[in-house]
Amino acid sequence: MLERTCIIHTFQEFPSFILRIPQGRFSVAAECVNHAKISESYVTHGLRHSPNFVRQKHSNMIRFNPVVKVSGFARVQSVRLSEKTMAKTAVAHGFLTNIADVTLFIMRVARETFSRRFEFNEFMRQCFQIGNKSLPLISVTGIIMGLVLTIQSRPALIRFGAVTLLPGMVAVSLIREMGPVITALICAGKIGSGMGAELGSMKVTEQIDAMEVSSTNPMRFLVVTRVLAATIMVPLLILYADALGIAGSWVGANLKGDVTFFLFFSQAFSHIRFSDFLPAVIKSFFFGAVIGLVGCYKGYNAGRGTESVGIAANSAVVLASLLVIIVDMIAVQVTDMLF
Amino acid sequence: MKPEQPVTKAEKTPGIIGNEPVIAISKLRKSFGKQEVLHDVSLKLMNGENLVVLGKSGSGKSVLIKCIVRLLFSDGGTVSVFGKNVMTLNDEELSEVRQKIGFLFQSSALYDSMTVRQNLEFPLRRIWRGLSEKNIEDKVHEVLENVGLADALNKMPSQLSGGMRKRISLARTIIVDPLVMLYDEPTTGLDPVTSDEISILINEVQKKYKTSSIIITHDIRCARSTANRIIMLRDGVVYSEGNVTDYEKTTDPVIKSFFQ
Repeated sequence: MLERTCIIHTFQEFPSFILRIPQGRFSVAAECVNHAKISESYVTHGLRHSPNFVRQKHSNMIRFNPVVKVSGFARVQSVRLSEKTMAKTAVAHGFLTNIADVTLFIMRVARETFSRRFEFNEFMRQCFQIGNKSLPLISVTGIIMGLVLTIQSRPALIRFGAVTLLPGMVAVSLIREMGPVITALICAGKIGSGMGAELGSMKVTEQIDAMEVSSTNPMRFLVVTRVLAATIMVPLLILYADALGIAGSWVGANLKGDVTFFLFFSQAFSHIRFSDFLPAVIKSFFFGAVIGLVGCYKGYNAGRGTESVGIAANSAVVLASLLVIIVDMIAVQVTDMLF
Repeated sequence: MKPEQPVTKAEKTPGIIGNEPVIAISKLRKSFGKQEVLHDVSLKLMNGENLVVLGKSGSGKSVLIKCIVRLLFSDGGTVSVFGKNVMTLNDEELSEVRQKIGFLFQSSALYDSMTVRQNLEFPLRRIWRGLSEKNIEDKVHEVLENVGLADALNKMPSQLSGGMRKRISLARTIIVDPLVMLYDEPTTGLDPVTSDEISILINEVQKKYKTSSIIITHDIRCARSTANRIIMLRDGVVYSEGNVTDYEKTTDPVIKSFFQ
């Protein structure tokens, strides 16, 4: 049956109803709409109860009842629309709350960093944990990075007759971009996940609460020391990876050629300028800070269940990696403008 | 015994319990979202008293003691510790109050990355700054002997059993000579024998260190052996108050179901 629809805005429970009115009964339906405002309770009840019930209650409206059919579908759709709106509002609220949380967290870390009582021993322990224990991973990554870059670049440079530029090209590539970014991504995986999981499990097992009630500021003891240690150790690891990358490049150059270590290094460093080195070092401090902050934030704000430890570690890696790439993009733009 | 009527005053036990309230909670309210966990809870902990707070899981017992040390902020009411409302203190004042309170966590909360010795030294070095290494060493040995685990000094928490972790956690709490002890379900997850040992330790700590204690538990054996006074929480309100005998004699079905 062909149906027309009209909307009555008089119901209290729902913002609107779509009334489906069969063709040929339009005049009756229109009357129904006119009566809707004055007999709101009738229509509201009429939707819920049988025609017999309505007949007893409102005899003057009996004739409208069979033709006024409010579709259950329309009702469901209207409720669903409201739910979707509420859900999107909740998402927006959650997003804004997260931004506020992160801002407050960073401000608190900054404030505690410059407080009187600095946990120097814990800071040194974290430097050891982050720096020393990452060395094997960074060593292997650095060497392979230089080796692969040399092996991949060599044929192209031979084609252009510029193979003598190989050491310089590799060194500049490593120092400006590849070394910092790849090392930072490796650190985001190792250090970020470690911090997220460690602090997350401390939260779950009430160790952070225990620290707080024993008059120790957990933000100062756990977070500030880790963030500072990451901020300082990640640039050092990046420099270390750069050096090993150039050494790996020398190994790569010697696989299909013969060049002395001294000659290779002197050629490599002759192409490096201060403007290559300085921006890379500066941005590597930001990489370290981002990795430390994200790892600590995710761990410190983990939920109460054991599942939240895994979630904290995982989200720390993902977010830190993403932020490293975003910070790199911003750093490249700034470097391009300044140097 | 009628619910919500104090049947036994703590002051009735002269010589053991003083008249001064160490902790006074008045009309404490705490909600998580729409769920109201504590609704106008009022109680007092007298000097030298062991107050057991009983209640089913989810009745707000742990929330109550977390509000006392301001691990959680209340939504209303006052929590007064040594005459100071902890909800309005600044960080330094709160730190001073916390130094006088020992908190035994349900999960023991030993620092996993530290040895037993480092766990014990941790609060000591922070609260009693300037203590000599010899004094620290002596203090560590003293508390370890008090909890009967002198040989666990260099072990990691992961090498300890549940009961041993609870003891070490207790040792870490008493090492700074607190005036008030808050026990959050000290016997949960332990076998009856170890639970009894922990209950005995709680009493020994009270006698030796002259502490006042709030013991949160749903373990009736622990409540019987440690309590001077018992408060029962139900649905976020104080349901009843009395001593062990009162609770055992009562005909109230809710309390009876607990004590059977």
